[in-house]
Parts: sequence; structure tokens; C-alpha cells
Amino acid sequence: MNGLQSKYSAEIQQILAKYPPNQRASAVMPLLYLAQRQSGYIDRQSVQDIAEIIGLSTTDIDALIGFYTLYHDQPAGRYRLQVCTDLPCALRGAEDFLHNLCANLGVKVGETTPDGLFTIEEVTCLAGCHRAPLFQLQGDGEIAYHENQTIDTALALVNEMRRRAAEKEAGNG
Amino acid sequence: MAEEYILLRHRDIPHLDQLDVYLANGGFGAFRKAVTTMQPLDVLNEIKNSGLRGRGGAGFPTGLKWSFIPNNIWPHYVVANADESEPGTFKDREILEGNPFQFLEGLMIASYAVQANLSYVYLRGEFRQIGAGLEERIAQLEKAGLLGDNLFGNQYSLRLHTHLGAGAYICGEESAMLESLEGKLGLPRLRPPFPAVHGLFGKPTVINNVETLANVPPIMEKGAFWYHCLGTERSPGVKIFCLSGCVNKPGNYELPLGATYRELIFNYGGGIPGGRKIKGILSAGASSSIIPADDMALDCPMDYESVPAQLGAQLGSASVIILDDRVNLAWLVKKTAHFFKHESCGKCTPCREGTYWMMHLADRIVAGQAKASDIDLLNTVAHQVQNKCLCPLGEFAIMSVMSGVEKFRPDFEELIK
Repeated sequence: MNGLQSKYSAEIQQILAKYPPNQRASAVMPLLYLAQRQSGYIDRQSVQDIAEIIGLSTTDIDALIGFYTLYHDQPAGRYRLQVCTDLPCALRGAEDFLHNLCANLGVKVGETTPDGLFTIEEVTCLAGCHRAPLFQLQGDGEIAYHENQTIDTALALVNEMRRRAAEKEAGNG
Repeated sequence: MAEEYILLRHRDIPHLDQLDVYLANGGFGAFRKAVTTMQPLDVLNEIKNSGLRGRGGAGFPTGLKWSFIPNNIWPHYVVANADESEPGTFKDREILEGNPFQFLEGLMIASYAVQANLSYVYLRGEFRQIGAGLEERIAQLEKAGLLGDNLFGNQYSLRLHTHLGAGAYICGEESAMLESLEGKLGLPRLRPPFPAVHGLFGKPTVINNVETLANVPPIMEKGAFWYHCLGTERSPGVKIFCLSGCVNKPGNYELPLGATYRELIFNYGGGIPGGRKIKGILSAGASSSIIPADDMALDCPMDYESVPAQLGAQLGSASVIILDDRVNLAWLVKKTAHFFKHESCGKCTPCREGTYWMMHLADRIVAGQAKASDIDLLNTVAHQVQNKCLCPLGEFAIMSVMSGVEKFRPDFEELIK
């Protein structure tokens, strides 16, 4: 039993049970999500572990990580704050919103705030065009939508997340 | 607005996303009736007779699609397409969040009609929370005896599962979706064979959009004739129109097919902010031709026949993006070119290279660094992508480019120094 299996054994069984017994490769996408749940990215050992579990090559799995944008092979901030600037959102000011957000946080698109908490990214359509500007917050294995945003609401959320992270830190220490 | 919602019923009925509320409002009566009193072929014929057409964009008759499933190859699968990713489209998300059981019931009836015992919901990865909600509801249905083995004491058994994509627009294309569900890169397949014969795991598979499936329970409950009386003769029924862009009240509007753009934009959408002038309409999201918003366009009925015949565009998924007179169409083409360059899967050379060059040319034009001949070069590249790819993504990518250059050329020329 490898590292991923011993850590998430029950969940891996549940995932495999979703697909016919001779179609284990189908489980690769949920297993990749599982592998990046804790640290926000998929490390080399997890690729090896998944390859063993479902009998694909590590090359196949690396190709999937490269193809699908929600998988990450590099660490980033604890939260990826992803602003949609596609056409319908841009028509409602999403580009200015992203620009202002970056200016306020002192980072460029793609960069991480100095406290390591937020990586700001520009993404394509999130199916929330009528409530732009909007972003999704990826982290801790979750994806949450934040819609009808202004720069004030976004910064309030960032500050709230920072406060919670600091509290957690203090609690652990 | 339809007098009473057929799809967005959660707007009338609070907590319709809870099983007890859905059951109290007649929920799963249609599924029970189908499994206990009807042959699969009767269910299929009811949907065929209703005239329901696929709501994902292509508008293919749903009952006909189901009838292509052969009875000499088993097992059969149904995959619900919940990969909603077209810029300007956010209708399936509202159904999945507000009225999820009606969608699930539709999927269950479709599964019974083609005798699938295992069906999947393929959700875009960003819909993680929605997927978790569906998983919970599927567990509730198993507990309530509405999913599982020998339903209602009948021989029929059915199980449902969700599968999350991971950020790839191309997986909304049905054959790419099947590849992704098999654990592969989401690259479209060469067809034939079509999914109806060689689909998921190489077996006969029906793929239906979320909105399409949400139409199925009310049709089974009230009958094909009732449904066929809504909308127009050739485009029966209701459709959710996603209204976005430069409009006062963006959102989802459930209307009979055949309502006009003017009604949608001005009666329901509250018109254009600041009393500005409407300049253009994208009728089917970023994949759409840009329609100049003259009286002919505004009075065009929104249905599968009129939009192509009168405007040379498509109804598609009915994602209506409004452009006001401040929008420069070269800038718009730049936005869509970037989108399709990012989302091209790279399998077919004309799409992979064409989207790359269209993006660079559009960038150059918008940056004020282009020569006058670059406008025609952009159009030429678009024409070289046309009719040369395995899936429609390449065709989608050139729509705004070709219509933009043809119908809004001054917008491009004013950026040439």
C-alpha cells in the first residue's frame, strides 16, 4: 500500500467503486484531486502512487496534469484567487477589478502575496457572467464562488481570510 | 415570461432543492410512472412526440437521439453534460443549484428509456460544490428507494455517479467529455462511430445537456401534446435564455422559444444601462457570430430556425451577450481569440495554429501596432480554419472574427495608425 492509499484508503475505495471494475483509469481525475487536496498541488510521489493504483504510466498522468487547468504541479499560495475576465465579465468591469485588486495587494497577475496566502490568477468563464465581477477561491480542497464583487468586498474577504489564518496559526502554536 | 415556470420552478417553490419538498410537489411521479407503467419505447416516443430538442447548443431532437441506441450492444450509458463553460452561459448552474432533483429525475427517465443501469453526471471542475450537493442527493434517492436495484419491485436497476472535470472547455464537446470520463485527455474523437453506438467505454451512450434533461419530467407528467403547444411549431417548448453583458438586468429568463430579442433585452432585461444604444448581440456566447443590433435582429424570434434563417447566426445554448455602443468589436475579437487559443485542445493543426495566429493578430490590431493589411490577414486565417477540424471548437473560434471583420470593419480600421 503506497502513501496516497494509506492516507485516503476509504475515499479511494469509494472513488474506484464509481466506475466499472475493468475501467479503473476513469478514477484518475478524482484521484488527482485527492492528491492535491492538502497542499494545493500534486507532488511527484503522488503521481507515482496514482500510477500504481490504477495502472497508468506516470507519463500519462503528467499529461493529464498539463492538460487540465485545475491540476497544479507547482506549489502556490494557500488560496488561488481566480478572477474571470472573459468577454461577458469584461463588459461588466472585470478587467478593471482584477487590475485594482492586484494593485491593492501589491502583486501582479500570477504572483503570490508576500504572506504566502493568495495567488492571483486570471481565468476563463466560470458560469457566473450575470454576477460579474466574480472570482473563485480555490484552496483547502474546496472551490468557492464569490460574485457581484467590488474591490471593497474582495479586500474585506482577503482580510478576513488572513485573520482566520493567523488565528489558526496562533492556535497551533 | 412563461406564466408558470417549467424549469426554474425553484423560483416559485421555496426549498425545491430539498427532497421532501420536491416529492411534495409531485417529484419523481414521472419516473415512477415510467418505470411501473410504461415500456422504455413508450417513454422514448413521448419525448420524441414532444419535439424536445437538445438545449446544449446543437438543438438535435432528443427522442431521436435516444432512438439511435442499438439493442444488440450492451450495457448502455447516459451521461449528463454539466460541463457548462461557454462564456455567457450560466443556466445549467441555476438548475443544478435550485432545482437539482428535476434534473436528476430527467436523467433517471432518460436512463430508463434506453435501459442504462449506470449513468454519470459530468460536471466542470469549478462546480465542485454543486457536485458534492448532487452526491448527497443521489445518496438520499438511494435511501428513499428511488435509485438502486429492482426499483418499485420492477426488474429495472439504476445507479448514478458524478464525475468532475478539471478546467477544460473542450470537455463540453461530447466525444471529448467521454474521453475525459475514461481518464484520458479531453481530445475529441473522430466520428463515426458516433457515441450512440461507440460511446463511454466503447458502449452505446446518450449524452444530454442538463437543461434538456430538466425538461423531461414535466413532459412525462403533462404529456407530449402539452409541451408541443409551447414555443413554435418546429422549436417547441421553453428555453432558458442567459442574458449578460451591457444590460440592466442580466440573468436567466425562461421563455417560450420564439420570443424576440427585443422582448428579452428590453421587457425582461430592462434595456441598456445609461440609456445607451445597443450595438451588437452575440446570440450563442463567445462561439457566436456578432449580430448588428438593428430592428430586424431585435424582432427576430429566438428559435432554432429563425436565428440562422434571418440573422445567419445560431440559437446555440441561448447565451445572449449584449454589446452597447462603447464596445469596440476588434477588442471583442481579441477577447474571444484569447479564449479559444487557451481552450483549443491542440489535436487538429488548423485550430491549434489558427487560434494562435488569430490571437496574435487581434492583439496587434488592438495595440495599435497593425498594418491595414493585417485586418484581411486575420480574416484569411479564420477562413483557413473553417471546415477543417474534428470538432466544432475551431468553427466557434472563427465566428466572431469573420462576422466582426465583415460587419464592423470600421472598428478595426480606427485602430490602424
